[in-house]
Amino acid sequence: MEKTTTASLTAKKTMIGQRLNKPDAPDKATGKTRYINDMVLPQMLIGKVLFAGRPHARIARLDTTAAEKLPGVHAVLTGKDVAGLKFGFVRDNVPLKDKVRCEHDEIAAVAAETEEIAQRALELIEVEYEDLPGVFTPEDGAREGAPQIHDNFPGNKSLHFEFKDGDLAEAEAASDFVVDNVFRPHHVTHCCMGTSCAIADFDHNGKLTIWTQTQYPYNYKMDLAPALGIHPGNIRVIQPPVGGAFGSKLDVYPYEPIAALLAKKTARPVKVMYSREEEFKASPTRQSAIIHMRTGCTRDGTLTFRTADVLMDNGAYTSWGPTIPVVMMRTVSGHYRVPVVDFKAQAIYTNNPYAGSFRGYGNVQAAWATAQQMDMLADLVDIDPLEFHLKNAQKSGEVTPQKSILNECVFVECLETAAAASDYGRKRKEYAAERNKPGRYKKGIGLASSIHNAGGAKIHKSDGIGTILKVDDYARVTVITGASEIGQGIDVVIMMIVAEELGVPPEHVTIVNNDSDIAPWDVGVHASRTTFIAGNGTRRAAQKARAQILNAAARALGELAEDLDLRDGSVVRNRDGAPLLKLERLMRQMHFQPEPELVMVTDYYEPNSEPEGAKYSSNSSAAYSHAVHIAEITVDTLTGEIKVDKVTVAQDVGRVINRMGLEGQIEGGIAIGLGYALSEDMRIEKGMLKNPCFRDYKLITAPEIPTFDLHFIESYCVEGPYGAKGISELPTIVIAPAIANALYNATGVRIFNPPMSPEKVARAIHERRVQATSPDGGVIPS
Amino acid sequence: MMSVETEINFKLNGREVSLRVPATMKALAMLRDRLGLTGTKYACGEGECGACTINVDGKTVNSCLMYAVDCDGREVVTVEGLRTPEGLHPVQQAFVDHGAIQCGFCTPGMIMQAQHLLENNPTLTREEAKRGLEGNICRCTGYTKVLDAVEAVADKNGRCSHG
Repeated sequence: MEKTTTASLTAKKTMIGQRLNKPDAPDKATGKTRYINDMVLPQMLIGKVLFAGRPHARIARLDTTAAEKLPGVHAVLTGKDVAGLKFGFVRDNVPLKDKVRCEHDEIAAVAAETEEIAQRALELIEVEYEDLPGVFTPEDGAREGAPQIHDNFPGNKSLHFEFKDGDLAEAEAASDFVVDNVFRPHHVTHCCMGTSCAIADFDHNGKLTIWTQTQYPYNYKMDLAPALGIHPGNIRVIQPPVGGAFGSKLDVYPYEPIAALLAKKTARPVKVMYSREEEFKASPTRQSAIIHMRTGCTRDGTLTFRTADVLMDNGAYTSWGPTIPVVMMRTVSGHYRVPVVDFKAQAIYTNNPYAGSFRGYGNVQAAWATAQQMDMLADLVDIDPLEFHLKNAQKSGEVTPQKSILNECVFVECLETAAAASDYGRKRKEYAAERNKPGRYKKGIGLASSIHNAGGAKIHKSDGIGTILKVDDYARVTVITGASEIGQGIDVVIMMIVAEELGVPPEHVTIVNNDSDIAPWDVGVHASRTTFIAGNGTRRAAQKARAQILNAAARALGELAEDLDLRDGSVVRNRDGAPLLKLERLMRQMHFQPEPELVMVTDYYEPNSEPEGAKYSSNSSAAYSHAVHIAEITVDTLTGEIKVDKVTVAQDVGRVINRMGLEGQIEGGIAIGLGYALSEDMRIEKGMLKNPCFRDYKLITAPEIPTFDLHFIESYCVEGPYGAKGISELPTIVIAPAIANALYNATGVRIFNPPMSPEKVARAIHERRVQATSPDGGVIPS
Repeated sequence: MMSVETEINFKLNGREVSLRVPATMKALAMLRDRLGLTGTKYACGEGECGACTINVDGKTVNSCLMYAVDCDGREVVTVEGLRTPEGLHPVQQAFVDHGAIQCGFCTPGMIMQAQHLLENNPTLTREEAKRGLEGNICRCTGYTKVLDAVEAVADKNGRCSHG
């Protein structure tokens, strides 16, 4: 299916670019893998949480006496027990609340011998609420005299961001065309198949062990500690296999400190696991936003400026969600050359559920707007639509207004490859001509693109990783790494890199990465960083081990180290590949000689990037990558149903490491984006989620999956491992606007507020027919 | 709270089992909490996601909807029961070989359903596989590699060409 534009290296048999299975796949296929959700510890109690079930209220009375007396109940906790244990980005959250600010606010928690007893205990807790007027949109929250959600955040103001570059008035005056729209990216949620779960246990020295689904184990300790009133050094984080994460486990959420507080009180292990309904209501969402965007260009198709004024629904507490402008502004100000930029974003507290990070993080929302406006302008300018994209596409060596340095940029190649493979130019013209002719089913084609960090993101003081690598007497290699595995496949990448450097079979590599007492520092699985960062860390450690081994081999064989190589489990002669000494034997010789040595190396790798500055002008990633999606769809103009027939992808991957994992990440990332585009929608009415189940919250299933035509463009990133870049978020980011542009191509209708559900599409098509205001198929605001 | 317990006898993964279960207990809870077969997953509890799919008398069911007492006298196969002494079941092996497994949480249910489809239609087409797997949600893979795996087994079963 996929093609690679650059021939792979042929000089030596290489692992890089091969297809390899995940090492944990056989156990997952047979049901042997024990996920955190499956874990049971001796003496373990079950913790359950009482949620408020109303969006904004004072707690007038709370009586837990009956619950505490129920046989089998070991602890009941309420807000009184956690006073002062503030946590979160701006310390606006506590594990158990003394005031209700959203539907899923945690009011009380119990630990009991069984789930049934715990549930019964929750029912025995008596609570009287005094409901307060609520705030359910950011516009309402920002209004003068709006109800206050937090006493110490006046005007319900949460985070604020601004970035400006260039003279806007001048650029506006120089523009022949300006498109001006309001986009409203909506609330969706991760829907990890394994529901949220934590198991906590304190030893009698006061040290907490927490089994968690976290995808950032080290900063997690720092974030969890204030919610418990203990030192981060007294927390051991263990990461059993998880049923997905996708960004949802990149912060501490109240059920985790609740499990720990219950464990502390009972001196027994306590497990808290959500039901699916609890998962829907109490998990973070993707950040919703109201984006007022304007983009201008000249008649010859040169972009002149872009502005974005973003209002974000913060929800009741601040997690990663409202920090997305940091990523949004890169897409708004970059990826196409935008000489003048004016970006601002404000988050407003509301009584709605609050957002965390979610694969694509801010860029899903930004690309939804930018890619649609590029398509609108392409119809207005005097040049061919593809030419318009190519003319404004950033190229290698350019520096964006935010000071992102684009080395090895192949955006032009991505555009050209995807357009040629899908016959974009011809079809776009042909389908547009068919648009107003009779016929129920209409075909459309749409192009969208974006940029994303592909070499980490230095949003913390460090974006680094520690690696410890040892080779034992049997030439088996263990890599102890901070890189977390949440299903995405860093395990295979690490095995392949070790195999490449040390010439051992990949299955002889064991990875230890799930215990913070053992594995060294890492910033976590986020920002498409793990293959890049952990790949580099592993490679550097393996190269240190390789040097030590080759030096020892040279001494043993009376050869020069540079004349030797490691292949197929042996030390070989570089020149002709002749095997000279089994690696396994060499390892034992090294160990048992009069001056014994063991191969055990350490490495700390910090990528070549700058910390995200307060002014958002720094090269915060060591690499950037572009992707182009071209979606081909069929629209049923009667029902409004969109069928995505084919998606052509051209993405800068730097270099393919594990081809199978790469394909899987791209296909899976697109599936999440398809749900966002077409069907997923949290229906939140006055702060209450109305569809907390898979029956009413529609995920993409197998029949909706289009044909994929994947093109991996290899740009050979100098900073990346073997040239690789991070890849996993762009697929989720780019697909939705590609479909939106295809919908316009097919029907002349634009949807600004996802999802493009059949009802919305059918209504827009109907309204367009009724109005029929514009001969070229005018834009209908939704 | 108190619930009547009933003795049930059934064949589970080829072995006779006998146990007492409350009338309100679901088959999923029995398998996971009483019999230690945690391969069958809880993910929604309402028959909407397929993660808890098991095979009962040759048909796949969502074990989260089935009462444990209804297993009485039946033949039940879970994902743990597919493996043969020689190794993985061909469907399991195909999932491994084709990259159909990422986080793997949906995998047991997906494999149980795929195995059932292939048993009843050994040379099924991709379109038939898509429809047959409609009730199994996967959040990681985008289904493409799952369908590749199912098709690979259909090809091995003698399917002429891709359908």
